Amino acid sequence: MGSDMHDSTSGGPSGGGGGAPRGAGAGPPPEHRSATTLRVNGKPHTLLVDHRRVLLDVLREDLDLTGSKKGCDHGQCGACTVLVDGRRMNSCLLLAVSLDGSEITTIEGLAGDGEELHPLQRAFLDRDAFQCGYCTPGQICSAAGAMSEAAAGHPSHVTDPALPSGRPVPLDRAEIRERLSGNLCRCGAYPRIVEAVRDAAGQDAAGRTEGVIR
Amino acid sequence: MAPTGTSPGTSLGTPAERREGRLKVTGAARYAAEHPLPGRAHARPVPAAIARGRVTAVDASAALAVPGVLAVLTHDNAPRLADPEDATLAVLQDPHVPHRGWFVALVVAETLEAARAGAAAVRVEYAEEAHDVTLTADHPEAYEPEDANAGQPGVREHGHPASAFDSAEVRVDVAYEVPPLHNHPMEPHTSTAHWDRERDRLTVHTSSQGGTTVRDTLAALFGLPEDRITVVADHVGGGFGSKGTPRPDVVLATMASRHTGRPVTVALPRRFMPAVVGHRAPTLHRVRMGATADGRLTSLTHEVATYTSRVKEFVEQAAVPARVMYAAPHSRTAHRVVPLDVPTPSWMRAPGEAPGMYVLESAVDELATELGMDPVELRIRNEPDREPDTGKPFSSRHLVECLREGARRFGWARRDPRPGSRAEGPLLIGTGVAAATYPVQVAASTAEARALPDGSFVVRINATDIGTGARTVLAQVAADSLGVSLERVRTEVGSSDLPSAPLAGGSSGTASWGWAVHEACVRLAARLADHAGPPPGTGLSARADTAGQADAESSYARHAFGAHFAEAAVDTVTGEVRVRRMLGVFAAGRILNARTARSQFIGGMIMGLGMALTEGSTMDAAFGDFAESDLASYHVPVNADVPEIEAHWIEEADTHLNPMGSKGIGEIGIVGSAAAVGNAVHHATGVRFRRPPLTPDKVLSGLAG
Ligand code: FES
Ligand code: FES
Repeated sequence: MGSDMHDSTSGGPSGGGGGAPRGAGAGPPPEHRSATTLRVNGKPHTLLVDHRRVLLDVLREDLDLTGSKKGCDHGQCGACTVLVDGRRMNSCLLLAVSLDGSEITTIEGLAGDGEELHPLQRAFLDRDAFQCGYCTPGQICSAAGAMSEAAAGHPSHVTDPALPSGRPVPLDRAEIRERLSGNLCRCGAYPRIVEAVRDAAGQDAAGRTEGVIR
Repeated sequence: MAPTGTSPGTSLGTPAERREGRLKVTGAARYAAEHPLPGRAHARPVPAAIARGRVTAVDASAALAVPGVLAVLTHDNAPRLADPEDATLAVLQDPHVPHRGWFVALVVAETLEAARAGAAAVRVEYAEEAHDVTLTADHPEAYEPEDANAGQPGVREHGHPASAFDSAEVRVDVAYEVPPLHNHPMEPHTSTAHWDRERDRLTVHTSSQGGTTVRDTLAALFGLPEDRITVVADHVGGGFGSKGTPRPDVVLATMASRHTGRPVTVALPRRFMPAVVGHRAPTLHRVRMGATADGRLTSLTHEVATYTSRVKEFVEQAAVPARVMYAAPHSRTAHRVVPLDVPTPSWMRAPGEAPGMYVLESAVDELATELGMDPVELRIRNEPDREPDTGKPFSSRHLVECLREGARRFGWARRDPRPGSRAEGPLLIGTGVAAATYPVQVAASTAEARALPDGSFVVRINATDIGTGARTVLAQVAADSLGVSLERVRTEVGSSDLPSAPLAGGSSGTASWGWAVHEACVRLAARLADHAGPPPGTGLSARADTAGQADAESSYARHAFGAHFAEAAVDTVTGEVRVRRMLGVFAAGRILNARTARSQFIGGMIMGLGMALTEGSTMDAAFGDFAESDLASYHVPVNADVPEIEAHWIEEADTHLNPMGSKGIGEIGIVGSAAAVGNAVHHATGVRFRRPPLTPDKVLSGLAG
């Protein structure tokens, strides 16, 4: 697979591309930019990244992956949540230049190629787990991250301390509520988000870790 | 779930799935900042750093030297605007600073980073004046407004409320205080404008609750004919009132595009929002209730003091629900307002009703305690047969049924009424009830329906889907009016090139749009009946305009009603209040889509939960600014705050509303839910807290007596 070269200072995905010069005023001096390679949804991209640019803006501005949302730009809302090397992160807090070589999964790539939805996407639809939809990609990516964390035995604030460490943590409602509390939803879809994650976790667990859902 | 609406004429009321749902869960739904346009630039406003005064000098040289900065707009060089009807839109027109956070410059740049660096480099000098941002009930500048928000009279009085109160057998005289609250939709106010100089056309993508108004406002401000402007609001990340009318972002983006000739996006940083997008003004309440010993109200007075800005008058109509709720022969409902050097308040979900019913329904609970009466029964005892203020008959009113049904489902009968009677270790558990009301509002709208040769139908209307599911419910309305299955109907919404329509606000959207869609479809069906064979190549169409019909005065008092029940646990060690369950029952006419309606009711209830426990802003007297200006300091509810929540409804058949028989449902969920939580906390602890939110500091000091 080929690698796309973008210039993150060129003013957007359709703003020139290919690092075409845009005049002296177009961006910071070359020493304030670095070539950075990110694998986004399975596809490598090498970008000349403004050192100030966060991953969220690389996704939205350079790669036209606008599914990741900007609700606060300060790590306070979770709307920008993506998976970085499989772990959920607030992409507004990550300087892109520091992620050279990372594997990024966004809402656009969560289900892989094709028409099939990811079980979480399906469950959010089935449960009407959103209204305006602005927090939704972040909720879904966060839920995907939370499910892997629980499966890997990471405890949360509400996890029973008696649970043997390293074992999958059952995702009951309290666990889901706690683990998804970094993702704000002003529309108040929380109760249905919990149900949707239970549905998806149930499906996911059914094939592998019997009895994980209670 | 079985597919819904598959047989003709049966789709209303069914839980049809959101039509844009797949786009939203896959990240394909594009919001206002997300439309790729060649050469698009970004602009960042510079907020005023003083609370009152004027700008004496702006030095933009350092900003212009930042690589990538294209322009710096200030009152010296920004495009001139015609005088706006809404003075909050007169940005960069003069050096005057009416409040902290008012925009004094705009930096346009190639990238977000350059715009931010440029904005930081703009040097602004001010002549500062003394400011006053502190609301007090006896402020010397307070006055009685002629009208409060929504055209409600500032003052209403019936009989002799003062003497009736004085001679009442049982009296409650209480003061409550609701702090400023912020809407904080998850998508910040954002606009992308492209002023195409060659074609002299303006295209704007904006996050708004009503694109027709945005277009009309821009036309007036920039002196451009309406037919040269297209305003698109395809997907909107919430608004809750704060996007009801245009906000400065759309004016600034348009100015910047006109100035630079480039498409420009202005996305307000979260922390700039509280000062410029409107907020719920704080309200100081005094409620006096006089009653007979058997619980009949003889006198009801609800007086509210609030502030507005010096930019324009906005009066939170918090005394208004007391004109609707209970029978009382003597009553007074009055507002006073003080203009201060504060950001301009505006609509936030259920303006007036949300704070007003928080206080009224808390005070009713206090009266029940005073009387030793069950609060459900007390409300039922004071049920009026006509609207108390106007004497009009209700088109339908099922508050009593909501209270009874809610009590049954919640298990209210098992409640020990004594406060502090239930403990679990360090926790005190209580339950509370409160009523809800929200007026029926409806505006005139236009719509078009078209039958295509392939047997499908298209409904076109500039409705806005801010998360309510407007596309979906309007398709349901159309399908039933045409007598066809839901799958055959497509809806086009969210562009001002479509037939004009009013905003998504005041819980009026579905009623207003649905009425016009219904009329257009009825006309189209008649045309089709006259037409032999399938529609011709371009299809057959019909338009409707409900002016004079939908907006006609009604001889009925039309309101939705509801009842909230809540159970709260109060930790006597930490002071933390956790709500364990909430249950609402609503009577809001016919529910048109069970699935999206439930989401709206529950969403409103959760915002009420926030109002009760976590949400509160503080106007800092010295700085003249909100202390809680971002999502780290202003605490909207998170998932872990939200317990089991149920929303139910009682189907009403009301023929005095609109062709669908529906009342609005977007706001009633927040009305009264905070009071139910507060009343549960009182029941748990025996302590009455009258200044929400009930944060641990207040609860602990309250418990300490
Ligand atoms: S946008 Fe990243 S946490 Fe809010
Ligand atoms: S769906 Fe609107 S913020 Fe979550």
